[in-house]
Amino acid sequence: MLEVEGITKAFPGVVANDDVSLTLNQGEIHCLLGENGAGKSTLVNMVFGLYRPDQGTIKVRGEEVHFEDSGDAIARGIGMVHQHFQLIPVFTVAENIILGNEVTKGAFLDLDSARRQIDSLAERYGLAVDPDATVGDLSVGEQQRVELVKALFRDADILILDEPTAVLTPGEVDDFFGVVESLTGQGKSIIFITHKLREVLAVADRITVLRAGQVVGTATAEGATQQSLANLMVGRDVVFRVDKAEADPGAPVLRTQDLRVADDRGVETVTGFDVEVRAGEIFGIAGVEGNGQRELVEAICGMRPTAGGRVEMLGQETTDWSPRKINELGVAHVPENRSKHGVVAQYTIADNLVLNRYHHRKFSQRGVRNTGAINAEAQELVEQFDVRTPGVDAVIDTLSGGNQQKVIVARELTGDLKALVVAQPTRGLDVGSIEFIHRKIIELRDRGVAVLLVSAELDEILSLSDRIGVLYRGRLAGTVNAADATREELGLLMATGSSEGQR
Amino acid sequence: MNGARNANAGVGRAASQIHRVLTEAWRLQPLYVSLYAILLSFVVGGVLISIIGVNPFTAYWALLRGMVGGGDEIAGSVARSVPFIGSALALAFAFRAGLFNIGAEGQLLAGGITAAYVGALSWMSDLPGFVAIPLILIAGTMGGAIWGGIPGVLRTKTGAHEVISTIMLNSLVLFGVRWMVNSRDPVVLRDTESTVPRTDSISDTAVLPELVDSQPVLHVGLFALVGICFVVAFVLKRTTFGFEVGTVGLNPHASHYAGINVNRVIVASMAASGAFAGLAAASEISGTNGFFQPGTFFLMGFDGIAIALLARTNPVAIIAAALLWGSMLSGAPLMQQEADVSIDVVRIIQAMVLLFVAADAIVRYLFRVRELDQSPFKATSIEGAM
Repeated sequence: MLEVEGITKAFPGVVANDDVSLTLNQGEIHCLLGENGAGKSTLVNMVFGLYRPDQGTIKVRGEEVHFEDSGDAIARGIGMVHQHFQLIPVFTVAENIILGNEVTKGAFLDLDSARRQIDSLAERYGLAVDPDATVGDLSVGEQQRVELVKALFRDADILILDEPTAVLTPGEVDDFFGVVESLTGQGKSIIFITHKLREVLAVADRITVLRAGQVVGTATAEGATQQSLANLMVGRDVVFRVDKAEADPGAPVLRTQDLRVADDRGVETVTGFDVEVRAGEIFGIAGVEGNGQRELVEAICGMRPTAGGRVEMLGQETTDWSPRKINELGVAHVPENRSKHGVVAQYTIADNLVLNRYHHRKFSQRGVRNTGAINAEAQELVEQFDVRTPGVDAVIDTLSGGNQQKVIVARELTGDLKALVVAQPTRGLDVGSIEFIHRKIIELRDRGVAVLLVSAELDEILSLSDRIGVLYRGRLAGTVNAADATREELGLLMATGSSEGQR
Repeated sequence: MNGARNANAGVGRAASQIHRVLTEAWRLQPLYVSLYAILLSFVVGGVLISIIGVNPFTAYWALLRGMVGGGDEIAGSVARSVPFIGSALALAFAFRAGLFNIGAEGQLLAGGITAAYVGALSWMSDLPGFVAIPLILIAGTMGGAIWGGIPGVLRTKTGAHEVISTIMLNSLVLFGVRWMVNSRDPVVLRDTESTVPRTDSISDTAVLPELVDSQPVLHVGLFALVGICFVVAFVLKRTTFGFEVGTVGLNPHASHYAGINVNRVIVASMAASGAFAGLAAASEISGTNGFFQPGTFFLMGFDGIAIALLARTNPVAIIAAALLWGSMLSGAPLMQQEADVSIDVVRIIQAMVLLFVAADAIVRYLFRVRELDQSPFKATSIEGAM
C-alpha cells in the first residue's frame, strides 16, 4: 500500500529523519515505535503531506507521490488521527465529520444524507458515534472515534494514528484495539505510532523502531519481547522492574477524612474520600480518569477549595490552606498538567526551577532577586536530575516534554520534604525519563517521605506503590497491598467500584 | 516549489540572524518594530499632506523646528511629554501582570482632583515646601492608586474584566469631577470667584519648582516621572515582586500552583498602575496648572495606551516614546502656522503609529487571553516537528 524509501528530513540544527524506509502492506498494522523526539511524527507528517522530505521517495499503491499539502494525501486515501484532536467542540459530530468535505444540496448542507453515511460507517466498523451529539460533550474516547469516522468518511484506506492510546483509559484502549482490528479485517492499513511496548505487542503485525531519526530495527510481533523492543528504542539495556526494597512505613503523614471536592462546573467529583498515607510508603491511586483524581490532588495541595471533610498533614489540619502554606510545610506537588501548572513556558529553566521558592532567603534578599544564587542552584539541579539542555538560561519551552518534566521533578523533589503528591508523573514521557523519575520517587520513599501517587497507568501504579487504592466515583472503592494486587482485580475495581464485579 | 521552500528557509535564516544581531546590540528586543511603525506613519502622513497640496518636507521641517528648534521649543516639548510617561506606565505595569488597564484617563482625573483638593487645603500654606510638595504628590498618587485598585478588586472578587470596569470607571470619575468642579449649588470644589469652572488654586508651598519658563512650563516633575520609569524597570526585572507580577502575567495557573497569591498581585498591579497615572496628574497640578480643570487631562490616558504599546511596555523605552509623542503635539502649532497644515495631521500620524504597532500587539494580547481560557476539547494545531 505504502512504501517510504530513504527519507531524510532535516530541521535547523537537527536531522529528524535520516534515510528512513518503511513499507505498509494492505490489512496490516505497522507500529512505529520510538522515544519522544525519535522522528516518528516527522515521518508520518511527511506521509500525510504536512512536511516535504529533503530526500527519498514516498509511493502509494506503487505510484510515486509528491504531496503539496495534506489535501493531496487525503485525495490518495490517507487519513490521519492526530494526538491532539482537530475537532470543533461546539459543532455536532456530523458537522465535524463533514467539515471541509460538506455534503450539500444546492446551497444548503445535506445533514440527513451525511448522517446516513456516518451511521453506515459506524455500523460497518463498530464505531459507535451519535451524529447529533455535540463534540464538546463527548468523552475523549468518543472524540477519537469521531476522528476515525472523519477519516473513513473521506475514504481513507491508509490510516495514520499518532499516539492514539495516550489519552484513553485502559477500558477504552481495549475497545479501541477492537476497532483497529475490525478496520484491518476489512482491508484498511494502519500506521500506529506509540511508545507503549505492551500495546505494540498486542496489536502490531510488524514493528519499526526509530531512534534519533534512524531505523534501528524491524521486527514482527511474534519475534519481539518488551525487553528487546525497549533496548532497541533506548539503545541500552532497560531495567523494567523498579528495584525497591520493602517499605518501612512510619507515622501517618497525610490523612483525609470524608473529603469532598467540586469540579469547575460545581459538580462534586470527590465524594467522601478517606485515606492515610504514612511516612516511607507510596500509596498509589488507580482509577479511570475523571473519577475525581484531579480535584482530589488539587484540594489536598490547596489549589482548590474543599466542599467538605478535612485534610490533615503532619498532625495539623490543613484543609483549605493556601498552596504556599502547604508547600512550606514540606509537601511537594508534581502537577498533572505540565504546561498549565508545572511551568511558565516563557521563563528560563532557572526561573522555573525556583518557581515556588523564588522568595526564599537564599534567592531573594530584601525583595531583590539574587540571580547568582538562582543560577547556581539551577545548575546544580540540572546536573543532578540529568536535564538535557544547553544551559540554565534556555527558555523551558525549547526542551522536550521529558526534560520539562525533569525540571518540574527537580524542583519539587528537592528540599526538606515530608510528603509528595505526584499526579501522572510520566505521562507522555519516553522509557529513559520514566525510569529516571521512578527511581527518584523510590529514593524519596526510602528517605521517609510519604508519597501519594495518582496515575492512569496501571503499570506505573503496580510497579511503584506499596499500597494501592482504587478511586471510583470520587471515593476509595478498595485498598489492596501492592504485593497481592493483580491487574485483573484492579481493573474490575476501576470499572465497577467493587471486586465482586457486580454493580 | 521545493526550491521556493528552501529559499524561504534561507531568507528566514538570514532574517533571524539579523534579528539576533539587533537583539544582542540593543537588548531591547521588539522595539525596532516600533521604529518601523513610526517611519511608516510619517511616510503615510507625508502622502496625506501632499494630497492637500502642501510640500510634506516643508511641513515636516516646520514640525521638527516646533519640536526641537531651540531651547524653549525643546523645554516645551519635554514639559508636554512628562505626564504621558505616567499614563503610559499605567498601562505598561498592569500589562506585565496580564491585565489591560485602559483606565488611565480616569485614574489621572482621580489623582488630579485629589491632588488639587489636598493642595488647596488651608493649612498647606503653613507647611514648608519640602513637606507640602511630597504631600500633594502622594495625595495624587493615592487617588490614582485607589481608582486603579477598584477594577483589580472587582476582577478578583467578581471576575469582572478590567477592560470593561476601567471604561466604566473612566465615565464615572469624569462626570463626577465635572460636577464637583462645575456645581455652584452646592459648591463642592469650585472656585466661586473664577469665571471658568476650576478648583481653588493650590497653596504656593505646594508648587513644584520650575526648571525652564517654557510653554508649557518645564518643572521638577520631570525627574519624578523619569525616575519612576527606572524604578519600575528595576522592580520588574530584579525584584521578587516583579517576578510575581511577570509570572502571573504569563501563567496565572502556574502562579497559583507555585504559591503566588494571584489575587493580591492583580490588585497590587492595578493599584500601582493607577498610582503612576495619579502621580503624573499630581505633578501637572502642582507644577503646571496650580488648580484642577477636567479638560486638562483630556485624552492623556488614551495617549498613554498608544505610548506604552509603542514602547512595547518597556518602562525605559516609555521615556523615549512619551518624548516623541509630547514633542509632536508641542511642535504641531508651528507646522500649522508656517505650512498651513492642521494640527490634526499630527493626531492622524499618531493614530497611525498606534495602528501599526497595535495591529500586532493588541491582536497578540487578545490571542493570549484566549489561550488562558483553555478548554480541554479545544482543537489544537498540529504539533511541532519533534
